[in-house]
Amino acid sequence: MNEAVKNDFKQHVTKEEDEMKVSELVKELNLVVFSGGEGLNREITGGYVSDLLSDVMGNATEGDVWVTLQTHRNVVAIASLKELACVLLVSSLQPEQNTIDVSNEVGNPVLGTSMSTFEIAGLLYQKIKGVQ
Amino acid sequence: MTTELKFNIEGGDFDKAGIASSATKKVLKQLSIDPKVVKRMVVALYEGEVNIVAHTYRGEITVSVTDHRILAILKDEGPGIANIKRAMLEGFSTASPKVRQMGFGAGMGLPNMKKNADHLHVESTPGVGTIVTMTFDF
Repeated sequence: MNEAVKNDFKQHVTKEEDEMKVSELVKELNLVVFSGGEGLNREITGGYVSDLLSDVMGNATEGDVWVTLQTHRNVVAIASLKELACVLLVSSLQPEQNTIDVSNEVGNPVLGTSMSTFEIAGLLYQKIKGVQ
Repeated sequence: MTTELKFNIEGGDFDKAGIASSATKKVLKQLSIDPKVVKRMVVALYEGEVNIVAHTYRGEITVSVTDHRILAILKDEGPGIANIKRAMLEGFSTASPKVRQMGFGAGMGLPNMKKNADHLHVESTPGVGTIVTMTFDF
C-alpha cells in the first residue's frame, strides 16, 4: 500500500472514531434508555444543560445531548425541533408516559441516569470533548 | 407559488404545544427552504405557539410561504399584552407558577422571536387579544 492510500485510510478511520453515537454513550455511562430506541444511532456533537425551555430553544445546537430534570413531553418536542441528539434525565427521574409515547413516535431517545446534573455533565463533557 | 398552512391552538393545551411548529418545519424542508432559515423560523414559531398556549384562551397560526419569504401571523383571543415594550425585555414574564414549573415562562419567548425573525411586529388590545407578525426572508 503506498503512502497516500495509507494516509487516506488513517484519516477515514480517525474520522469514524471521532463520531460518537447515543448508543455508545449509553454503554459507556451506563445510562437507562426509557424510549426512542430507534434513535440510538443518532450522532452526538455536543451537550447542553438547562431546565428553561426557551434557553434550550434559543441556545442549544443540533446534535447536543440535552441534560435536564424536566420530564414532560415538551422536552421531546423541543429535542425534535432542534434536532438534538437525545434528552438525558438526571437524578433517577422518569419521563411521563406521554413523553415516552412521543419519544417513540419521533424516534428521539429519552435516557436516564441516577447521577446529579453536575456529575453527569462533568462526565459528558470529558467524553464528548475528549472524542473531538 | 404560495404554500399556506393554518393551525388552531387551544390555550392551556401543553400536550399539543409544538404541533404547528413541527408541521411547518416538515413542509419547509419539503420545499427545500434554506436550512438556516428553517432553523430560525422553527425557534420563533415555537415560541409564538407556546405563548398562545401559555397565556391565551385560543389562537390561530397562519404560515404563508412565497418565493422568497415566509410570513407567520399568530392571532389570539386572550388577555392581550398590557405593555409590549416591557414584554420584550429578557427575563420579564407574566407566566403562572404552574407554567414556570414546566420550564416555560423564563421571559425569553418574545426576545427569541425578535432575534430569529427578520421582522417582528406585535400589536395587542388588552382584554381582547394579540396579533404577532413575523417574516423570514430567503
